[in-house]
Amino acid sequence: MNAIIVQGLGKAYKQYGSKWARLREWLSPTSRSRHHLHWVLRDISFEVPKGQSLGIIGINGAGKSTLLKMLTGTTQPTAGSIVIDGQVAALLELGMGFHPDFTGRQNAYMSGQLLGLTIDQIDQLMPEIEAFAGIGGYIDQPVRIYSSGMQVRLAFSIATAVRPDILIVDEALSVGDIEFQHRSFDRIRRYQAMGTTLLFVSHDKQLITSICDRAILLDGGKVAFAGDPEAVMDYYNAMLSEDAKPVISQTLDQEGKIQTQSGSGEVQLLQVRLLDEHQLPVELVKVGQLVQIQLLTSCKEDIDSLVAGFMIKDRLGQVIFGTNTFHHQSQLHNLKAGQSCRFSFSLPLNMGPGSYSISIALHADDQHISKNYLWQDRAFLFTVVSANEPVFVGSHSLPTTVQVTLV
Amino acid sequence: MSNTLNRLWAYRGFIWQSVKREFTLRYHDSVLGAAWIILNPLAMILIYTIIFAKVMQARLPNAQSSFAYSIFLMSGILPWGLFSDLISRAPSLFIEQASLLKKIQFPKLALVAIALLNSLVNFAVIFSLFMIFLIVCGQFPGWSIVAVIPLLLLQLWIGTSVVVILAILNIFFRDVAPLTNIGLQFGFWLTPIVYSASMIPVAYRDYVFLNPLSAIFDGYHQIFVYGLVPSWSGLIPAVVLAFVLSAVAGHLYTQRSAEMVDEL
Repeated sequence: MNAIIVQGLGKAYKQYGSKWARLREWLSPTSRSRHHLHWVLRDISFEVPKGQSLGIIGINGAGKSTLLKMLTGTTQPTAGSIVIDGQVAALLELGMGFHPDFTGRQNAYMSGQLLGLTIDQIDQLMPEIEAFAGIGGYIDQPVRIYSSGMQVRLAFSIATAVRPDILIVDEALSVGDIEFQHRSFDRIRRYQAMGTTLLFVSHDKQLITSICDRAILLDGGKVAFAGDPEAVMDYYNAMLSEDAKPVISQTLDQEGKIQTQSGSGEVQLLQVRLLDEHQLPVELVKVGQLVQIQLLTSCKEDIDSLVAGFMIKDRLGQVIFGTNTFHHQSQLHNLKAGQSCRFSFSLPLNMGPGSYSISIALHADDQHISKNYLWQDRAFLFTVVSANEPVFVGSHSLPTTVQVTLV
Repeated sequence: MSNTLNRLWAYRGFIWQSVKREFTLRYHDSVLGAAWIILNPLAMILIYTIIFAKVMQARLPNAQSSFAYSIFLMSGILPWGLFSDLISRAPSLFIEQASLLKKIQFPKLALVAIALLNSLVNFAVIFSLFMIFLIVCGQFPGWSIVAVIPLLLLQLWIGTSVVVILAILNIFFRDVAPLTNIGLQFGFWLTPIVYSASMIPVAYRDYVFLNPLSAIFDGYHQIFVYGLVPSWSGLIPAVVLAFVLSAVAGHLYTQRSAEMVDEL
């Protein structure tokens, strides 16, 4: 049994040349159209069996949100059909359309009723909703004074107060803090186990691989790839590195975070890459995988010496590991302007699952304090996912052998 | 049509709660709170009575009571207030709730129903005060007051159709909002609300009744000032207008419903 069947789905927005064009089109007795269709999604077909979880990934503007809006029924498709079997709860674009002047409690009642609950049912669920949202006395304050995290907490608590047949989550949860993320994913997993069909949009590759049974990759309004989440992620990786741009613009594109860059600038950093065993660029690596961090630099002026180093930081910015060529007796001396150098650091990534960043430093001696040519934070981002190793917790993967004897 | 009404009925809980919330919200942050609901219309009744009946000693032709002119004014202005309260909200009706319409799937006409009920609740309060005033000063029109019901229903029918039309149009053409305000002002002065058709020179009098709304407001005047039941045949143009407007509203809604959210 399928919970969702999507066939040949397409969505186009009407675009008019001028403000008068629409009026003329509406008023003219001839049915000549004065708009052209701007297709944001085309020929999308997929099925989600009941109880399964589908991940939807793609860069910004790939059409993910439009697809979800059509699935929830707020937007009508231009072409194709959607068949949905079951009651849908959706968290689209941070929240449930709360009214800013009403209190959290009033909004909870309003959203609950729109989800098809009666006042009596909401009365019963309210203590649970309040407890799960965990926003304390703010529940009786108008929503306009809420932070976006608080709105998401409340919205998620309402949407999932009753287990829906189909749950649609659009990146909203990334706004919540870690504690709330954990509780909400616990709830999502529990509902999954009870048979809820899940549709999950995220840029977080680790989440997709850990929660979803299948995934589809949207690119340019089409399904570029569908299948096993890990395979889709690999494809996504390859697609991203296909147009390997200069370092700076690439990192800005991916997460839109500002990276710190400093230094006197005698040496330029041209490229930072993470390569797997086959010398192919990767962004997603398995625990313990052997990788190579590769830097390409170029000297703008003559310099006496050059040391290159890297540092791996976790999500919270804590340093996991770092070293440089000085400590590996590979300091370069007397480089002329225009000289390019390639540095390769090979190492096994014995780290726990999570997202990490690589900072790069180029300097003259053993550390960057003496003469710093360039320092760049977040020069490269990658994600570590668990592979087939025995389950472990923590930020380090320490190879363990176990011996158990009955004595 | 019946399908739409069924869906609205299924959302009656949401509609009713929204009406309650909006009503309480309106005076929520004020010190006097709910008292304002009564103070506003009370001030209006006092002003009209004192100024016109006592200070200016205005008299209507064929009316004996000194209150006649203020009753005349109120019997037109109060229903018009309902009409303009409803219509002036129309252009922003869907746009204000854009975030809700984009995120949750529900019948859009529920928002129209909420606006309609909100205006009705306000009107009910004001109208009750007016009734009390009529009883206190001994001017209650008697049984002919029952005739107010069909007049009000007809007026609401026209009003609701206009609301649906304006609310949809304003999504696509934002010029509709300022046009609505201008339209309401013309409507107020082109309809015999604060004047009666008999005050107009005979040569132009017939033009007044080209406006289908004139018969409705003339009807209110007949009931409250003279205690007479209005002539029903005069209402035929208004009924025709109501049919035409609701057909236009229905057509517009079925044609543009799918496109609406895309433009919000």
